[in-house]
Amino acid sequence: MRNLTQTICSLILLAAAFAANAVVPTPAPPQGEPIALVGAIIHVGDGTVIGDGVITFDEGVITAVGSTADGIDTGGHLVIDVQGSHIYPGLVLPNTTLGLLEIGNIRATNDVVEEGDINASVRSAIAYNTDSELIPATRFNGILTAQVTPEGGMISGLSSIFMLDAWNWEDAALRLDDGQHMHWPGFKRNRRNPDTGRFERVDNDDYAAQVEVLHALFRDAVSYTGEPLNLNLAAMQGLFDGSGKLFLHADGAREIISGVRFARSYGVRNIVLVGGAEALQVKDLLLAESIPVIYERIHALPGMEWHDVDAPFKMPFLLQEAGLEVGIGGGDTALNRQRNLPFYAGTAAAYGFDREAALGLITLSNARILGVDDRVGSLEPGKDATLFISIGDALDMRTSQVLGAYIQGRDIDLFGTQQELYERFREKYSNRVE
Amino acid sequence: MSSRLLACLAAMLVSWPAPAQENLTPNGIADERAGAYAFRNANIHQPDAGMLSGGTLLIREGRIVEISEADEIPNGYFAIDLEGKFIYPGLIDIYTDYGVPELEREEDVNGGAENLVPDDRARNVNDAIRADFRAAAAFAPDEEARQSYRERGFTTVLSLRPDGIARGTSALITLGDERAAEAIVVADAAAHYSLDKGTSIQAMPTSLMGSFALLRQTFMDAEWFGAQEPRPFTDATLEAWNGTRDLPQIMEVDNWQEALTVDGMGDDFGVQYVLKTAGDSYRRVEEIAATGAGLIVPLDFPEAPEVADPLDAEEVSFEALKHWELAPFNPRLLAEQGIDFSLTGAGAGDDFWPNLRKAVSNGLPAETAIAALTTVPAETLGVSDLVGRLAPGALANFLVTSGELLDEDTVLLESWIQGNRYVINPGRQENAGRYELALDGQTRVLEIAFDGADPEATLDPDGDSSSANIKLVDDLITLDFAWDDDGNRIRLTGWSDAGGWRGNALTPAGESLSWQLSRVGDAAGEEAADEAAAVAELPSPVLYPFSAYGRTELPRARDFVVRGATVWTNEDEGTLVTDVLVRDGLIEAVGDGLDAGGAAEIDGSGKHLTPGIIDEHSHIALFNINETQTNSSMVEMNDVVDSENINIYRNAAGGVTAAQLLHGSANPIGGQSAIVKMRWGEPARGLLIEDAAPFIKFALGENVKRSTNPASVRFPQTRMGVEQVFVNAFSQAREYGRAWDEYNDLSASQQRQTPPPRRDLVHEAMLDVLNGDLYVTSHSYVQSEINMLMHVAEQFDFNINTFTHILEGYKVADKMAQHGAGGSTFSDWWGYKWEVRYAIPYNAALMQQAGVVVAINSDDAEMARRLNQEAAKAVKYGNVSEVDALKMVTLNPAMLMHLDDRMGSIRAGKDADLVLWSDHPLSVYAVAETTWIEGAPFYDREEDMALREAIAAERARIIASITNRGDRGE
Repeated sequence: MRNLTQTICSLILLAAAFAANAVVPTPAPPQGEPIALVGAIIHVGDGTVIGDGVITFDEGVITAVGSTADGIDTGGHLVIDVQGSHIYPGLVLPNTTLGLLEIGNIRATNDVVEEGDINASVRSAIAYNTDSELIPATRFNGILTAQVTPEGGMISGLSSIFMLDAWNWEDAALRLDDGQHMHWPGFKRNRRNPDTGRFERVDNDDYAAQVEVLHALFRDAVSYTGEPLNLNLAAMQGLFDGSGKLFLHADGAREIISGVRFARSYGVRNIVLVGGAEALQVKDLLLAESIPVIYERIHALPGMEWHDVDAPFKMPFLLQEAGLEVGIGGGDTALNRQRNLPFYAGTAAAYGFDREAALGLITLSNARILGVDDRVGSLEPGKDATLFISIGDALDMRTSQVLGAYIQGRDIDLFGTQQELYERFREKYSNRVE
Repeated sequence: MSSRLLACLAAMLVSWPAPAQENLTPNGIADERAGAYAFRNANIHQPDAGMLSGGTLLIREGRIVEISEADEIPNGYFAIDLEGKFIYPGLIDIYTDYGVPELEREEDVNGGAENLVPDDRARNVNDAIRADFRAAAAFAPDEEARQSYRERGFTTVLSLRPDGIARGTSALITLGDERAAEAIVVADAAAHYSLDKGTSIQAMPTSLMGSFALLRQTFMDAEWFGAQEPRPFTDATLEAWNGTRDLPQIMEVDNWQEALTVDGMGDDFGVQYVLKTAGDSYRRVEEIAATGAGLIVPLDFPEAPEVADPLDAEEVSFEALKHWELAPFNPRLLAEQGIDFSLTGAGAGDDFWPNLRKAVSNGLPAETAIAALTTVPAETLGVSDLVGRLAPGALANFLVTSGELLDEDTVLLESWIQGNRYVINPGRQENAGRYELALDGQTRVLEIAFDGADPEATLDPDGDSSSANIKLVDDLITLDFAWDDDGNRIRLTGWSDAGGWRGNALTPAGESLSWQLSRVGDAAGEEAADEAAAVAELPSPVLYPFSAYGRTELPRARDFVVRGATVWTNEDEGTLVTDVLVRDGLIEAVGDGLDAGGAAEIDGSGKHLTPGIIDEHSHIALFNINETQTNSSMVEMNDVVDSENINIYRNAAGGVTAAQLLHGSANPIGGQSAIVKMRWGEPARGLLIEDAAPFIKFALGENVKRSTNPASVRFPQTRMGVEQVFVNAFSQAREYGRAWDEYNDLSASQQRQTPPPRRDLVHEAMLDVLNGDLYVTSHSYVQSEINMLMHVAEQFDFNINTFTHILEGYKVADKMAQHGAGGSTFSDWWGYKWEVRYAIPYNAALMQQAGVVVAINSDDAEMARRLNQEAAKAVKYGNVSEVDALKMVTLNPAMLMHLDDRMGSIRAGKDADLVLWSDHPLSVYAVAETTWIEGAPFYDREEDMALREAIAAERARIIASITNRGDRGE
């Protein structure tokens, strides 16, 4: 039986092993034997908590979840004592450019935005860089699944959902080409006033023309027969037969209404609202159309000077209270800050939710909204063994200490470049004379 | 123009020249006339604001000769009877660009490269300093514009070119049909300034603080320049700057905050500006009055915000709603403070009169309003003998009106300018009344009324009333109205005749008839009750600040004791459950069972009390962040603190009590910091921490070498150049210091013969750094440059106080500790540019391990309100103790900012800057319940909840008053 101390020791040993080079950790090998994690507080992801829990998994799939009192058979398992720590489903990060972008202001490292307004056929999947240095830092906080999403234009292309540990994009894929992303044009746009130098909101004079471009695309896509071949129209077909989702990116109330009405008028079945800063103002429409919201502006300033100072903090709660399905995404925040996803949920817990429900926002809700809740999002038998262990409450930066993580049962290496540099310089300064 | 010539001009103002351009050769025979007129029986507005009834006004050769009660017309005067009419001095608009051509901004031909050098002309080193411009020399009369001004009652305007920071002189110009040489009655009437560089394409200044710094430096340059004979070089601008100092100095500002700051700057240089304000002065009338400045106040009240659709209303700020409601009270509130101000139609256009009347109905005394358009602008410009009053010797510039000037129904009839008449309105109003129309053997009743200047006719007003089209021109009348059952119209034309008109008509069939209109009395229903309109009450109070979450009164320091909270003292006592007593804004005692002596009791049980959070690196509440010049040490963020910025309140709501508001990182040497407390509601000066140690921002790396602008040409473009910028700046500053030392060592008589060195604000700031009077906080990322800057400092024998951001500080933390530099870092930012690729969240822990004083800062208005959580990440990444982690956002930044004698810990004698948290202060679940600054609760969650409701109610009320008004079609 391994215990916590051993786990920590292994981290330090790894430090020594990797001290010589700064490359991302080696992807973990497939699960070799059945594993049982014993004694932890298990946060299932669906709102329930199991004290003194046991979770077993084999060949990458969860085989049992319960408390030690349930008599779960751990015979033949590698039993790891994680007494007193917390086990969570891997956190799910929707709408991120992880793996598409390395250094924000260096164009060569940026594969986020393709040229043009309509790029229905472009696929983030093939640009997803499993060796991005941002990935180890992101999963260090328990984020193990991400929807990697292209941006730009009005139709940005197809996202894919990845496991954050793999040798290449193909192996990393949890769901390829899971959805199409549409950015509804704004009724207004920002313009810099040449006199004052300040940005101001002015009418978007191109709005009608932009919407007409979308109309033309959807008209032609709905009636597309395959002849002549058109990659853009072909890539749209999943929206109409229900096999694909339309992720509607919109923040303003009017844009949300227009985008939803537009998509429905062409028979798009599955719509997810992404952004949704003003979703609360149009909750009746979203409710009537059963459209879930990936809210992205939690750690954000209130939109107007007169809004409640905590308006963004409590918005996920208010949306859920209104009856909507809510998840939390990363797209509105800089990529390098999205590792704070668990703390976004922590804030939601400080402003309305109970902690398990807040956890659900970034686990089961996100998984359900993305359509991968059959595999991830909660700790249930039959789902992937994609989970992590934290010494304390993982939603609170004060207590979050992620000790270990498994993706499909593979014991992944959390020790990234940042940890390596930490060890290197901790060692350097350890002989300092006070 | 030489200063001597301008001085001459100034002297000439005392004896006004006759405007006639007598050396002009006429194309014809001489046509000189006396233009002698006597206006009899008029109500004449007196300079003391009284009204002389039935008086006589004599004018001759374009001047007023006499005003008397006697109805005696001297020989040679043509008498004009103004029975029942009024004469007012012609209005003056003291802020126009009439007849002065605009400058056009040059195209950017450099593809985004900075324009660092001025035009190659013998003018100022900054193209926004245009003191040598003279509106008089550029002026060309504009027929259309002057007619439009006349129609609004103006007879004289001050014309300037509103472009640039020093804008040169304006001209006082009359609005008659004179030639330019005669219309300009004072060629250099005032010198003008602003804080806006206008069409100058020179990069500097890009910021408001840069404008302030440029003005200060120009004062110094001009003084130095003017003291030298011969001049060291040719600069027409500095000559003109010096030559126009005796003129009225008019400064245009964008808001009341700029007004206060620029007035303070003027005091430093012995200038009292007249302030052209922006119509928001009502928000701080007491502070504005205290400047002692005369004001020029616009009458362009805001249009109602779009609120009809709730989605639109959502995007309208609370401030905009309140401004819409209160701006029309601005003139009244200024008048109530006894502030001398002129009104200007600038920006109001056709709304000038409606807005003027609205201001009066909102409580601006009518006489104050008239003075603000006549005597006050004249006095401001020192031309009271010439315009603004009806007095002998003054220009014959006046208005003839049908009634008292500001009455709703009064019509401007004529304006007289330099003795010439311009009819504004032909004044047919006397034709209003009830008439009998004799036509085709019948007699019908016709009523004529006026809507302003326009006549309206109603036929058969007592029966089936119908309207008739009417036109009155001179003695002619034109009428038409429905004649037969099909509505075909009969057309009448005629001429005035004994109390009515007569003439001919053509029926629809073409039959010719004659007709007569005879006056039989006044029109019915004309006797509108003319009660003195009740002075409108302010619809709602002014808030401090003028924003959502503003208050009518600022929170006051209270004496209180917090009992039983977990107190994070940051002192040897550590973290313990005890009591904290606050008195007179200070922490009086920490301990169990304190005798509070009647102070308010606050139950802290289950809660946590910490020192207020201090943010070492913030950019909230600033009008601008960056100036452009490589060494911008001359700019001061104190000049651009925006006390009305909502992020002050939001920061307080996150437990932040103090912050350093830094210049940006666009330049190796940035500006000087503003160090503030979040005293939401105080004007900028009240936010500044008294006697705080001064700081200056340095910056290194990608930003200062303009990495994201491929077109940039500004030195430096590499880290190598950055080092040289510093070495150069400090070397030059040393030379500067030496030059001044040598000058100061001269005897008094030697000094009289030696011009002093030129003062230079850049060098002075650098010298302050060298002397340890100005501390450095330097934006920095990678280890090489951090090391470099410490070496430069050591070479010049001073210390880098703080490295801020310092994301690779962990790589050279031992060297930093040895140098004595602190590190103020982000908890976990990284990866957003190349130089932060190896930024790690363990940085704070590692620097602390190496002996560096570590703070965690925000650099972000949003994150600032969660700095307690950012501190918690030092626990997560690097196992810093919780006490040490909290210190990273309280005591340590206080130490780095040299404020730890007053802030950063809970100890008797320190400022009572405290936060009561609902939970463990490092937890994501903790909410700041109350934030005290020096004992005053500047944020309190309970009050906050009440304010939210009040804001919602107030918004609803104002929006209703806008939409109701819409229904009435006003």
